[in-house]
Amino acid sequence: MNPANTETIDMHAMQFAGKLLLRSEIPLDDDLFQQLVSSGYFKPFPAITRKFFQHQCTRCGNQDSSLFAKIPCSTCKKEHLYCRKCIEMGRVMECEALYQWTGPVPDWQTFENPCSWGGQLTDRQQLAADRIVQAIERKEKELLVWAVCGAGKTEMLFPGITEALKLGKRICLATPRADVVRELLPRFREAFGNVTIQGLYGGSEEKAGTAQMILATTHQLLRFQHAFDVQIIDEIDAFPFHADPSLPFAASRARNPDSTTIYLTATPRKKQRMQIASKKLEHIFVPTRFHGRPLPVPKLRMCFSLKKDLTNYVPPKVFIRWIQSRVNPKRQLLLFVPTIELAEKMRRELTKRLRDLGLLDEEKAITSVHASDPDRAEKVQQFRQKAIFMLLTTTILERGVTFPSVDVVVFDAGHVVFDEAALVQIAGRAGRSPDDPAGEVLFLHDGKTDAMVEAVKSIVAMNRRGGFR
Amino acid sequence: MHCLWCNQQTIAETNWSTLLFLSRPASICKACEQKLEKLTGKRCARCSRMCEENVCADCRWWETHSKERDALTSNYSVFAYNEAIQDMVTKWKYRGDYCLGNIFKSHFHQAFKQHFHFLPKHTIAVPIPLSEERLLERGFNQAKMLADFIPLKQAETVARIHGEKQSKKTRKERLNTKNPFTITKKVNKPILLVDDIYTTGTTLRHAARLLKQNGCPDVYAFTLIRG
Repeated sequence: MNPANTETIDMHAMQFAGKLLLRSEIPLDDDLFQQLVSSGYFKPFPAITRKFFQHQCTRCGNQDSSLFAKIPCSTCKKEHLYCRKCIEMGRVMECEALYQWTGPVPDWQTFENPCSWGGQLTDRQQLAADRIVQAIERKEKELLVWAVCGAGKTEMLFPGITEALKLGKRICLATPRADVVRELLPRFREAFGNVTIQGLYGGSEEKAGTAQMILATTHQLLRFQHAFDVQIIDEIDAFPFHADPSLPFAASRARNPDSTTIYLTATPRKKQRMQIASKKLEHIFVPTRFHGRPLPVPKLRMCFSLKKDLTNYVPPKVFIRWIQSRVNPKRQLLLFVPTIELAEKMRRELTKRLRDLGLLDEEKAITSVHASDPDRAEKVQQFRQKAIFMLLTTTILERGVTFPSVDVVVFDAGHVVFDEAALVQIAGRAGRSPDDPAGEVLFLHDGKTDAMVEAVKSIVAMNRRGGFR
Repeated sequence: MHCLWCNQQTIAETNWSTLLFLSRPASICKACEQKLEKLTGKRCARCSRMCEENVCADCRWWETHSKERDALTSNYSVFAYNEAIQDMVTKWKYRGDYCLGNIFKSHFHQAFKQHFHFLPKHTIAVPIPLSEERLLERGFNQAKMLADFIPLKQAETVARIHGEKQSKKTRKERLNTKNPFTITKKVNKPILLVDDIYTTGTTLRHAARLLKQNGCPDVYAFTLIRG
C-alpha cells in the first residue's frame, strides 16, 4: 500500500502537524505508523537525552536529577530512566521516542471578516490594540502588553486576532489557569463564530488540539512543536509560568520560527522590567481601567496580635473596627488568607463573631474556597451572583476573576505567599465595575514587608502614568 | 534529598540519634508523612479493618455465605485509605511514577517484621499479578514492587486473564466476578499474597482459593492499604 494517498496524508497532517507526541498518543495502527515513519512523515526524537553531565527530557526540558528516576521496564526488559516532571501527561521513557510530523504542513484557512464582536474599545485600549495588530503584520518577535488589572485585556486582543486570521495564521492563547480557559472559550466562540476553536486543559473534553485557534493552559503546550504563528501568553508573571522553567521552554518550542509572541501582564516581574528599561523588549502600557477610574490604593493597617489571633482563627480587632466604618457596607467582601487551613477554619469563628456583633444578618453567608476545593467553580459563581456575602479565599482568586462590587482584605499580608505581584493583583480585584468603580483594599500586617511597600508604590506609579494624582 | 511526593528539599534533623546511628534518610518530608494514616488500635483479625469486634461483619458474611471455608486465613494492611494515599497510589500505579513506591518501603518492611514473624521461613511471597496487556501498559507491577520490600522468596504461581479493572467496578460487580486467575505452578508451602489494596477482598480470595485447591496449606495476605 502506498501511504502517499494525498487525501489521507492531508488528514494526518491536520491531526499531527505541530505536535510532539509519544507513540501511545498517536492513534494509528502499527503497520500504518511504521510505514509513515519509514517514508519520512514522522521523525522520531530520543525522549531523554544526555546533555554534558545531565539528562534532559525532550518533552518538558526537565534537567533536575531529582525528577528523573529509574524503572525496570517490562517492554525492553532493562532498567532505565523516565521523566517524573511531566508524568501527568503520560510517562516519557528513555527507551521510547517522541514523534514529530514532518510531512506536508496544513494550509490554515484565511478569513475575510472573522470577528463579529461589536463592542467599542476605549482610546487607550485602541492604542494597544493597534500596536498588537502592527506587531502581527510586521512579524515582530515579541511584544509585552502591560495593562493594569481591569483594563480589558481580552477585548484588546480581538483586532490582533482578527488580523492574524485574515492572514491565515494559526493562533494560540495560553494562560496559566484552567478556569480562565473555561471562561474565555465561550467569549471567543461568540466573537469568532466561523473559526474552529478548541480549549485544552487537564480534564478537558476536547483533546485533539487540531483547531486553527487554540486556547490552552500553558502545560498543554508541552505537546506542541513549531505549531503557532501567533502566540499569546497571558499572565506571564503568574504561577506556574513564572516559577516552572519547563513552561517557558514549552512555549518557545510551540511557536514557529517566524512567529509573533504577545505577552500579557498587569504586574511585570523584575526581569521583564529590566528588559523594558534596556529596550530589549518592546512594550505598550495601558495605564487606565476600561471605566477610566484609577486603581484603588491599598491601605496598610498594623495589627499587634495578628499572629496570635490567626492561630486562634479569630479575626483581628482592626478588621472588626474597619468593617463597622466601611464607606459602602453594601459591598461584598473578599478576604484573602495565606493558607488553606486558615481559610477553612476561620470561616466559623468569623461568622460567629460578626453575628454576635450584629454585623452580619442571618441570611448573609460566609464561605471559604481554595485550590483543592471540589465546589470551587460553583462557589465563585455564587459569590458573583451575590448569594454569598463574604468569601474567604487563598491566592487562587488573586487574578483572572471579576466581581462587580467588592472590598478586599488581606489577612497577614506579610506572609511569603503574598509577593508584590500577588498583592497588586489582589488590590486589582476591587472597583472593577463601571457602576461602582471604587473599592477599599486593606492589608492587615504585623510589620510592613518590602512586597507590601513595593505593591503600593507600583499602584501609585501606575495611577500617575494614567494621569491621576 | 528531595521529598518523593512534594519534591521539596528535605533537610535531615541533626540530633544525637542521627549522629550515632546514621539513620537512613527519609524518602518523604515530615509534612507529607503526616498525611499518611496508619491503621492502629483494635481491628478485625481477618481483614485488618479497624473495628471493636474480633471479626468484623463483612468477614462473618464471607464465612456464612461461601460454600467452603474462607480460603484466606487473614489479611494485614498498613495504611487506611484516605485522600492523600489515594493521590499517591493513583500517580504511582496509573500515571506510572515507579519510584513513588519507595515512599512505602520502610513502613511495609517494618509491618512485615512486626506482624508476620509467626510465618515459617520457607513461606513464599506471591505478588498479585497483572494481566500481560496491563503489564505492558503500565510498565511494572506495583504488587511485585511491594513484594520486593519484604525478605521472603518470591514465586509466580498464578497468572491473570485480562479483564476490566477492579477499580472501575461497583462493590456488587466485584463480589460476583469470575476467578480471573489460573495456576501456573503448584506449591505446597505456605503463601503470603502481596497486593497494594484490599477493598472487598474478592481478588485476594480468588487467588487464595485457587492456590488452596492446588495443594497450598495456608494462604495469608499482606496489603498496603485497607480500602
